[in-house]
Amino acid sequence: MESSTNFVLLLLLTIGVVVTIVRILAIVYKRSNPKSSQPLSSLIVLGSGGHTAEMLNLLNVLQMERFKPRFYIAAATDNMSLQKAGVYEDSLVDKAGVDAVGRAEFMQIYRSREVGQSYITSIGTTTIAMAHALWLMIKIRPKVILCNGPGTCIPLCVIAFFFKVLGIRWSSIFYVESIARVRRLSLSGLLLYKLRIVDQLFVQWPQLKEKYPRAHYVGCLM
Amino acid sequence: MDEKSGTLKEKKVVFVTVGTTCFDALVRAVDTPEVKNERIHKYSNSNGSWIIHSHQDLLEFLEIMCKFAGGFGKLLFACRYFPFQQSMDSSHNQTVENGPAVLEYFTFSSSIADYLKEASLVISHAGSGSIFETLRLGKPLIVVVNEDLMDNNQSELAEELAERKHLFCARPQTSYETIADMDTGSLITYQLGDAEPVAKLISRYLEFPDDKLTYVK
Repeated sequence: MESSTNFVLLLLLTIGVVVTIVRILAIVYKRSNPKSSQPLSSLIVLGSGGHTAEMLNLLNVLQMERFKPRFYIAAATDNMSLQKAGVYEDSLVDKAGVDAVGRAEFMQIYRSREVGQSYITSIGTTTIAMAHALWLMIKIRPKVILCNGPGTCIPLCVIAFFFKVLGIRWSSIFYVESIARVRRLSLSGLLLYKLRIVDQLFVQWPQLKEKYPRAHYVGCLM
Repeated sequence: MDEKSGTLKEKKVVFVTVGTTCFDALVRAVDTPEVKNERIHKYSNSNGSWIIHSHQDLLEFLEIMCKFAGGFGKLLFACRYFPFQQSMDSSHNQTVENGPAVLEYFTFSSSIADYLKEASLVISHAGSGSIFETLRLGKPLIVVVNEDLMDNNQSELAEELAERKHLFCARPQTSYETIADMDTGSLITYQLGDAEPVAKLISRYLEFPDDKLTYVK
C-alpha cells in the first residue's frame, strides 16, 4: 500500500517536472506570442544618465499608441531618469493628446545592492528588492518589457519569465545593450542572453553580433 | 568683469567636463596645499593660457593642447567640486594681466548643452552621455580615459570611436606622444545613429502591421 502511494507521488512529481521543462523550452524556443493589434501595456526600465538617454531615443521612434499604458521604473536612488521620462511623456501628450498616446505611470524600485555595500547586508536588501520587484510586477503585469541595463532590470525580467512559465502573463522582453558596450556584453545583457530570458537582444556594434549570434545588430541608436 | 568678457569674446573656448563621482573623489584626494601650489606654478604657462585641474594627467595633457593650439582664451570646467577656488581667486588677476586667459568653472549642471555649443574644443571623460552630446554638435573632442577609476567598459567606446576617427582618445601615460601631433582636421564627422530599425524589429516581433506609418513624435 505504502509503496503504491510512493509510486503515485513519484509519477506526479515526474509529470510535473516534465511539464515545467517542456513549458520552459516552449517559451525559450518557440516564442509563440499572441498576435497583437491591440495596444500593449509596457514596462520601461530606466537605467541612469547615458542609459536613459538611449532609451528615450528609442521611445521617440516607437509608435506610442501601440505601447500603452506605459510604466516607467527607475532605481530609488536615481531621481533624474524619471524626471526626464516625465518631460518626454508631457511632450507626447502635448503633441498627440492623452487619448492617442495613453497614460504613463512612474515608479521607483529598491536596488538589491548599492556600490560598495557589504555582502552580508546585501542578502537582506536583495530579499527586499526582490519582494518589491515581485509586487510591482504583479501590479503591472506588462505585455512588453523594454530595458537597456543596468542591473535594475534583472529581477523584473526574471519575474516576467516566471509569469510566462506559470501562464500568469505572456510578456515580450526586449533588451538594447548600451552603445558603450563594444566588445563584451554587460552583465545584465549577458545574463538575459545566456538564460534566454530575453526575446530580442539588440547590440549596437558589429563586433558583439559576431560574438553573440542570437543578438540583433541594426546599427547604432545614438 | 564686463570689460574682460568683451575682449574674450573672440577667444576660443575649451570646455572640460569630468562628470562622474569617481573623478570628484580624485579631486579631493589631491586637494592639499602642497599639491595646489605646485600645480598653479607649473601650469600657469607662458602663452597666456591658464590651466588648473585636479587630475594631474588631464592637466599635463591640457598643457600640450595649449601649446599645440597656440593657447585658448578660456577654459571652462564642469565638475562637482573644485579645489583650487581660493588659490585661483588670488592668482587669477595676475594671469589676466599677463595674457588674456580666463578660467571658469561651475560645479554641477544638469545640462551642459549650452557650454558645449560655446566651445571650440571639448575635453571629456569617457562617459557615453558627454561623448555623444559633443559628437552630435560636431565639436572636436578629446576623451581622456582614466583607467584606474573608470569602469573598464567606458574605454571601449572611446577607443572604438577613436579608431573610426570621430574623436581623439588619450590615456594619461601616452598623452604626450599621441596628442602633440594630432590634427583636428583629420576627424571624421560622426553620422548620427538611428533607432528606427530597432523600433521596426520590435514592432514586427510583436506582429504589429508594418504599413502603419503615422508616428507619434
